[in-house]
Amino acid sequence: MDYLLTEEQRMLQDLAREIAQERIKPIRAQLDEEEIFPTEIIKDLAQADLCGTIIPEEYGGLGLGTLENCLVLEALAMGCVGVATTYAASFLGAYPLLMYGTEAQKSRYLPAIAKGEALAAFALTEPQAGSDAGAIAATAVKDGDFYVLNGNKQWITNAGEAEFYTVIALTDKSKGVRGASALMVEKSDPGISFGKKEQKMGIRASVTREVVLEDCRIPKERLLGKEGLGFIITMKTLDLARPGAGSLAVGLAQEALDEAAAFAKERQQFGAPIFSFQAVQHLLADMATKIEAARALVYAVARYIDTKPKDYSKVAAMAKLFPTDMAMGVTVDAVQVMGGHGYMREYPVEKMMRDAKILQIYEGTNQIMRNIIGLALNKEYSKKK
Amino acid sequence: MLKIVVCIKQVPETQDVRLDPVTHTLKREGIKSIINPFDLYALEEGLRVKDAKGGTVTVITMGPPQAEEALREALGFGADGAVLLSDRAFAGADTWATALTLAKAIEKLGGADLIFTGKQAIDGDTAQVGPMLAAIMNIPFASWARKVSFPAAGKVEVERLLDHGYDAVEVELPALISVVKEINEPRVPSFKAKLRAKKEAIPVWGLGDLGLPAEAVGLAGSFTQVVKVFPPPARGQSETWEGAAPDLAARLWQRLQERSKAAG
Repeated sequence: MDYLLTEEQRMLQDLAREIAQERIKPIRAQLDEEEIFPTEIIKDLAQADLCGTIIPEEYGGLGLGTLENCLVLEALAMGCVGVATTYAASFLGAYPLLMYGTEAQKSRYLPAIAKGEALAAFALTEPQAGSDAGAIAATAVKDGDFYVLNGNKQWITNAGEAEFYTVIALTDKSKGVRGASALMVEKSDPGISFGKKEQKMGIRASVTREVVLEDCRIPKERLLGKEGLGFIITMKTLDLARPGAGSLAVGLAQEALDEAAAFAKERQQFGAPIFSFQAVQHLLADMATKIEAARALVYAVARYIDTKPKDYSKVAAMAKLFPTDMAMGVTVDAVQVMGGHGYMREYPVEKMMRDAKILQIYEGTNQIMRNIIGLALNKEYSKKK
Repeated sequence: MLKIVVCIKQVPETQDVRLDPVTHTLKREGIKSIINPFDLYALEEGLRVKDAKGGTVTVITMGPPQAEEALREALGFGADGAVLLSDRAFAGADTWATALTLAKAIEKLGGADLIFTGKQAIDGDTAQVGPMLAAIMNIPFASWARKVSFPAAGKVEVERLLDHGYDAVEVELPALISVVKEINEPRVPSFKAKLRAKKEAIPVWGLGDLGLPAEAVGLAGSFTQVVKVFPPPARGQSETWEGAAPDLAARLWQRLQERSKAAG
């Protein structure tokens, strides 16, 4: 399919594909098996200028938009979703800065992120606040020219590896979610520490740890926007990131289809390649159709977001929901096409199936996506009366 | 500030090459081309020396107009400049005529402190252009470099990969160094450099620009001519035997005796 990409967009896509093909794919099984954090690949991405895709040129980035980010994520996910998640999570940590950071804050953090010298992370989830993000209990108490942070942030991607953390904490407990604020915490700050590396089902090249804040004292200039904006910043960050999660799903599913189809061409049963059997062709046909539908949706939503609309929560949620559910189904079917081979760790599709599951869970579960879409529909249809 | 020149060659990607019936050289038109893989290591080493010591990296190649793609690709890795040597008169050049043309171009660039080449090109496999270029320029040549370091100003130490181990030589700058793939791991291209490379005006130098007589270049300036290019003859059939050593030795002895009888 020709999605009418510009020459520049195609160059970017080719570069990301080249890295996925040559640098990620040859070692993805090892990264998964041994749970290795992809330090060298992040260096390659930095060398390629891809750590700055969405960061403005004045801070050393490429100054590109959501669609370009999606093209890169899709290509990298064809290599390994664990690696691509590491990369994407850094932008998740950077989005609040991009949207709400002051000139001084942007100058302090964005150039290092764009150059790939530092990763960022977004710290929202807590043991008692997952889908119910409003239930966060971490606090940031003003003390003269400082904020003092206390609390535990759970399952934070890049924790321990990242230099910069966008932490959502309550600056005013009495106001509930309206008392939440976003603050920049640095790895070298006193009072920040990290829990053990979590052992995950999939995306095992990425690291997930707890971020522990114990009397973590930071200058008051680390506050993003104003006190009380934390929840709005969170929602806007997640809205912006959601088509990216969709892109990871599209890339992953495409790779699973490519593997399954290539296998079906080679594998002989009943005296013919299994690709020649209608039962297998129908599986592959459904997989290919769903992937193309998901890709078209992600690109359309990404392009829409790049027109800077006021509110795009509904379509952003759709661009996460549909592709990630699709990728789960497609990777399960890729294993089915490959039969016993697909189930073996010697072949890559069982990893893809394990990796796909997290896409339905992180950055807002797909049930929460349906809530967001349902809420928006309810509003729309109430107006239409 | 080192002036570094990297000589690259555009080669056909496929092994399925066609030959020109007149010149007996490889036909390149219509075949997907890549930078000779060994030259990518030469370029990477040039860029690393530049990163470490400061300087500029200029990439040059001699070839048909389409060889410009190889130069743009090299610029995408971060080379500072590129020159294409292209002229109908250069066609059919052997290794000597090629080296002479490159030498003139480097002279026109104002010389170089360090010249890097790959150990050989994967199409012709001659490994001659590098050493001939050094000979024509009358500068030291160190081949098969697996490591390059700078022990003192104006000197370069080169570890040369040999069949059994390596040796280390020290040469004075300016020098020409051909590299093996063990020397480094080439970087990935940079998107910003690729964007710049797309717009960069790459000078094309022909016969007139280099001040060489027509009879010194191309087929006319070549001492050698390719008479025939053919795939190497297939080796005899091979067999793999498995088993205990004494049994295998006995079997081999029997086979050799049979052969010797058959040969009379």
